[in-house]
Amino acid sequence: MLYVVIIFLWTAILLYLLMGGADFGAGIVELFTSEKNLNRTRKTMYRAIGPIWEANHMWLIIAIVILFVGFPDIYTTMSVHLHIPLLIMLLGIIARGTAFTFRHYDAVVDDMQHIYNRIFVYSSFITPLFLGIIAASAVSGQINPNASTFEEAYIASWLNWFSVAVGFFTVSICGFLAAVYIIGETDNDLDKRRFMQKARFMNIAAFACGALVFIAAHFEGIPLVDWVFGDIVGITAIAAATISLVVFWRLLNQGKTRILRILAGFQVSMILLTTTYRHFPNIVILKNGDYLSLLEHRGHDKTIEALAWALLLGSLFILPALGYLIYSFQKKASETVMH
Amino acid sequence: MDDFIAARSQMALSLGFHIIFSCIGMVMPFFMAVSHYYWLKTRDITYKNITKAWSKGVAIFFATGAVSGTVLSFELGLLWPEFMKHAGPIFGMPFSLEGTAFFIEAIALGFFLYGWDRFNPWFHWFTGVIVGVSGLLSGILVVAANGWMNSPAGFDYVNGQYINIDPIKAMFNDAWFSQALHMSIAAFAATGFAVAGVHALMILKGKNILFHSKSFKIAAIFGTVAAVLQPLSGDISAKDVAQRQPAKLAAMEAHFKTEEKASLIIGGIPDEESQTVKYAIKIPGALSYLAHGDFNTEVTGLDKIPKENHPPVAITHYAFQIMVGMGMLMMLVSVLYFIGIWKKKKWLGTKWLLKLFVASTPLGFIAVEAGWTVTEVGRQPWIIYGVMRTADAVTPMPGIVYSFYLFTAVYLSLSVIVAFMLYRQIKMVGKLYDTPGHN
Ligand code: HDD
Ligand code: HEM
Ligand code: HEM
Repeated sequence: MLYVVIIFLWTAILLYLLMGGADFGAGIVELFTSEKNLNRTRKTMYRAIGPIWEANHMWLIIAIVILFVGFPDIYTTMSVHLHIPLLIMLLGIIARGTAFTFRHYDAVVDDMQHIYNRIFVYSSFITPLFLGIIAASAVSGQINPNASTFEEAYIASWLNWFSVAVGFFTVSICGFLAAVYIIGETDNDLDKRRFMQKARFMNIAAFACGALVFIAAHFEGIPLVDWVFGDIVGITAIAAATISLVVFWRLLNQGKTRILRILAGFQVSMILLTTTYRHFPNIVILKNGDYLSLLEHRGHDKTIEALAWALLLGSLFILPALGYLIYSFQKKASETVMH
Repeated sequence: MDDFIAARSQMALSLGFHIIFSCIGMVMPFFMAVSHYYWLKTRDITYKNITKAWSKGVAIFFATGAVSGTVLSFELGLLWPEFMKHAGPIFGMPFSLEGTAFFIEAIALGFFLYGWDRFNPWFHWFTGVIVGVSGLLSGILVVAANGWMNSPAGFDYVNGQYINIDPIKAMFNDAWFSQALHMSIAAFAATGFAVAGVHALMILKGKNILFHSKSFKIAAIFGTVAAVLQPLSGDISAKDVAQRQPAKLAAMEAHFKTEEKASLIIGGIPDEESQTVKYAIKIPGALSYLAHGDFNTEVTGLDKIPKENHPPVAITHYAFQIMVGMGMLMMLVSVLYFIGIWKKKKWLGTKWLLKLFVASTPLGFIAVEAGWTVTEVGRQPWIIYGVMRTADAVTPMPGIVYSFYLFTAVYLSLSVIVAFMLYRQIKMVGKLYDTPGHN
């Protein structure tokens, strides 16, 4: 049963990265769109993410609930030492969610729209930035449980080159996912080519940020190279991602939207797999070398069992409904495109 | 302000903010389902317009409710790590089920908001009902978690260890039923009165009378029926509290001395120093009756409870009085409205009745906030009643005061924006929905 819970946790994180990520990415793409194309970009993106955007963010809540029910030590350690980045991320979530809704549902269209747009775009950038920072800080041994000063305990735990680089890497991945996703949602050639261009740009940005992560890891003394390439699973995953990237660039020129989406999703999944597999089961590593492990620092057996059943039962309801939601709107969208 | 008080205030602020949106998110879908039903049955375009106008309002509230809820699930850890470390695995069951309910709600909302003219009309209608049902279910589940804090169950606490954990027993703790019942009815009463009040105001202003009269009627019926039931369920809650949390009951009633034939104290200013209540109306025996169903039974007063376990008496007492006062007012308005429906049809269109509803707009929400203050402040100094003290649960991180200020600023500005947007929605009703046949 423990493994059921862990698989759900991992899947929730992955789906949040993919779907929530594409959602954040919509704002990031908007940030890098020139003034004259902004309106069209916004419209296309709204059509694509509108119906499911609320559901996208549920994955985060599921992940959090799994953590605090099943692995309370991990949840509370992160809550205490990463309080500040979590707070900033929360402010980002508040700002983004409300601005997105406000700009769509405001009955009067006027200057307020401009403000909503601004807030939406910047918070779409900041939120994944801090998500990346939080994740990186947890796994890279930055949290110091024996810290004696405020700076050591609550600032140094997350403000370092490595975490920040991972933050930017996360941002670029989100932008990449969104751009690829939206290619298939356009209804004309011009837009399609624009988003293909965006996807290329975001892919290169992700590459650059990825390089930065390795450089930062080197300077911070984090054995990232070993984590990533240290075992067969990591090497295979990275190799697969690289091959798929080559295929991806070829297909991008041909505009094969469905395969592109799958490939982009595959690459991001491989990145998550590599980084988590080597760490498993330790998701929080502390500065003093201690770690918090999914296997050792879990809740009581009865809790884990109940949680697993709740998750299984829940997915029985959720997955078909969610699938049907996505399917219906994809179908309807492609029908309207054809007309 | 010290960090502990700041953490408590931030928690109270976030919850007090969230509860408004969650009430609306739980209840409005039912109103919409009714008008949507009338539209499908009668093909009267006004009902379609009402459904659409309401659903836009709900989308705004839903998004704000969702983000404030997301914030809460982090805040539990950010502010109360020591609590969550032990409580998480015990009272987590409702939260994990709630995750499912939220998810279903969000999916159904996607279908509902974007599904006009895309699906079979009855399937579309049904998705709206699902939004309401799953919202209500998630409300009940979180309240069950809160019930556990009031009435811990499903574990043994031995030498500081939490053992023999049973999450199912924890979920069905002694408080869950009375609280969930009272909360669900409260959501209907508060939202019904708020929505009816707004539409009554528009009718009085002579704007889009047809549209607003029909909306008013739907909201008013839900609101008034709930408001009449609410004191009954409040009585169940009070008897329940008397059993499981005598200190809370004593604080609610400002009941300092344990006595038989205890009198009910209405109003007054409790003085914790001298253990007296000034300027209050006292009804002998009534408290014994309300708490235990018998005029002669003994009711535990604060004198039987160690001083260090006293909740703040004044706040709890005032909040309780406010809730009950609002409840009585709402019940009165409801009874007048029923008389109008059954006996005096001509009352219904009159200005004074509409004005009464306009004046009652905020009553339900004031009662909700007051009621939660009773529940939460009345539980102090415990975060898990009788097991863990709130002061022992707070985060070690200093500087929570600043985060409290920040959240206050954020929530204040959000409230202003939401109010402003709602105002614009209502103002646009004329433009968007006035011409018959337009949609
Ligand atoms: C429309 C809102 C509303 C109205 C009119 C009332 N209440 Fe209430 N009350 C609530 C909304 C509420 C609430 C906000 O929903 C609470 C907070 C926790 C809960 O379960 O419900 C609550 C709590 C609450 C509690 C504490 C329960 C606990 O701690 O477990 C008691 C004893 C009462 N109520 C009793 C009453 C009585 C005797 C009322 C008579 C008129 C009344 N309430 C009207
Ligand atoms: C939405 C309705 C709710 C409102 C308005 C509300 C209100 C409050 C208030 C006023 C406080 C501060 C009490 C004080 O410090 O004196 C508080 C504390 C708290 N509440 Fe609630 N509450 C609500 C529901 C819940 C629920 C459903 C939970 C959890 C499942 C919860 C968990 C807590 C916690 C952990 C604290 C902090 C510890 C404490 O002060 O005891 N609350 N709440
Ligand atoms: C009595 C207290 C509460 C009630 C009745 C309540 C009810 C609700 C409802 C009905 C929603 C749906 C959103 C909407 O329609 O606006 C919601 C959203 C949410 N609530 Fe609460 N809630 C309460 C307290 C809490 C607490 C204490 C937490 C966290 C620990 C929480 C977490 C959430 C989350 C994460 C969401 C977002 C779900 C989504 O995206 O749909 N709620 N709440």
